[in-house]
Amino acid sequence: MTKVCTTALVILMAGPAQSDDRRSGFEFMGPTTQSMQTDDMANPGMLAVLAGERLWNEPAGLSEQSCQTCHGDPEGEMRGVAARYPAFDEVAGTAVDISGRVNLCRTRHQRADPLPHENADLLALVTLIGLQSRGLPIQPDPDPRLTEWRARGEAYYETRVGQLNLSCAQCHDENAGGHLGGAPIPEAHPTGYPIYRLEWQAMGSLQRRLRGCFTGVRSEPWPYGSDGYIALEAYLMQRAAGMTMETPAVRP
Amino acid sequence: MADVLVNIPESAAPGEIIEIKLLISHPMETGFRPLADGTLQPRDIITSVRCLYGGETVLEVDLHPAISANPFLAFHLRVDRSDEIVLEWTDWYGEVQREVRQIEVV
Amino acid sequence: MTLTRRSTFALGLGLPLMLVTRPLFASPETMGAAIATFTAGATPAEGRVSLDIPLLVENGNSVPMTVEVDSPMTANDHVTEIAVFNERNPLPDIVRFRPSPALGLARFQVRIRLGDTQKITAIARMSDGSLWSAAMTVIVTAPACIES
Ligand code: HEC
Ligand code: HEC
Repeated sequence: MTKVCTTALVILMAGPAQSDDRRSGFEFMGPTTQSMQTDDMANPGMLAVLAGERLWNEPAGLSEQSCQTCHGDPEGEMRGVAARYPAFDEVAGTAVDISGRVNLCRTRHQRADPLPHENADLLALVTLIGLQSRGLPIQPDPDPRLTEWRARGEAYYETRVGQLNLSCAQCHDENAGGHLGGAPIPEAHPTGYPIYRLEWQAMGSLQRRLRGCFTGVRSEPWPYGSDGYIALEAYLMQRAAGMTMETPAVRP
Repeated sequence: MADVLVNIPESAAPGEIIEIKLLISHPMETGFRPLADGTLQPRDIITSVRCLYGGETVLEVDLHPAISANPFLAFHLRVDRSDEIVLEWTDWYGEVQREVRQIEVV
Repeated sequence: MTLTRRSTFALGLGLPLMLVTRPLFASPETMGAAIATFTAGATPAEGRVSLDIPLLVENGNSVPMTVEVDSPMTANDHVTEIAVFNERNPLPDIVRFRPSPALGLARFQVRIRLGDTQKITAIARMSDGSLWSAAMTVIVTAPACIES
């Protein structure tokens, strides 16, 4: 698979984003893309929710149990969960994001194989869970074992990488609101994941979105599922604490 | 069976013009997308959508590869009686899928 | 931060690659031929058709398009067919609508793919055989970072 980053012909500079004035990627989109997100009858992400509802009730693995068997309706126990993740899993002894958590339920509780990264069924379940936090503020898990993960995420965020030798912060803090080619540079808030990205013509996870930014600066992205992504996700969620969840978001 | 979102009001006043929305989960493969081995991903699109109101065809739409993945269609219909509204679409392989809704006109 | 000329240039290098993945086969000529087939050689009058597409598109993979025809949609006076064409996608056809007067309103919304900045033409055929058209040019900006 070749990865290319196109058309940074002009980069317009803009003032730094104020920390008390954080803006979701939604604010950087045109009105038609915004209404594609806000109208549930027009948002392609709602198709993933539909698929997720179907899968939620399907028994899987040797346990022959469905998510529903243990968790009941998604509207109940899953409310606010996505707004709190990544979280630390005691048994696995590591931090996991929602996709990782769903796969823990598959292997540990359903005794099924884990679903591959970016698998449509996995994205559908995670989108359904994310929808149960839509409209709620991001509330990072206070578990102190996550502190170190967030610190690592912040360090990655500030580190220059790739042939272009740019850090996340250089684009998303110092140049947020500017343009890269025709595309506005947003503030990198993970409020809407999984998203329906027009470029992908499909749903994708925050990890997939981050990989796009790595390739954008000509840096080899880490493999899916790497701890580095979980650390970045944990930091980005902390950085966006209090902002409103909007899963399933639409992005260009 | 593709996941599909259909939005048709459950009831309307006689003579009212309602809006109907349809969103179908489908890749709409153009047939022009090159694969790693240099061949092209074969075309796989929804080729047509039809709407029937009380058994009568009120709209036919032909779709081409220039229609986006997960095709979306919104249109209007004047309703004057309670009846069945059917949305029916055909894919590249001739397979037909349909969604049926009842509208109460009071 | 100042992004140097070197870095912007490097980002721009991907452009020719992207064009490979988005073949542009149609041309104003093939669009003209497709239109001539639809109109049987007649020249549509301008008017009665309106095309609503954002002037500046964020991603050519999914561009909302509304086409509306000014018509009473009665048994005696209605639109029988609307065809929408483009000049730079691989094929000139985008979509065709064949409404019956029962719709009451000839307004349709779909999302379309536009591989590049180009002209879109919509032509409506009325029940009296007359042809009407509208055209507009849509500017497509490329997304910043893509995987292909
Ligand atoms: C060269 C500038 C640049 C760098 C460096 C960069 N990004 Fe981005 N990022 C963008 C642009 C531009 C977008 C908007 C999407 C697009 O059109 O590609 C984006 C989008 C995002 C989004 C999606 C926001 C939303 O609304 O969904 C996230 C999250 C993100 N970046 C995180 C990161 C992280 C983390 C890093 C460092 C590993 C990083 N980015 C490095 C330019 C950059
Ligand atoms: C056999 C029972 C069982 C099944 C089946 C099951 N889970 Fe779980 N799930 C649990 C338990 C127990 C926990 C608490 C953590 C633990 O002990 O692993 C949990 C935790 C979770 C959490 C984290 C909740 C939080 O507040 O942090 C999510 C999300 C979740 N499950 C999703 C799913 C999904 C999606 C499925 C179906 C694919 C599923 N689970 C199937 C038992 C189950």
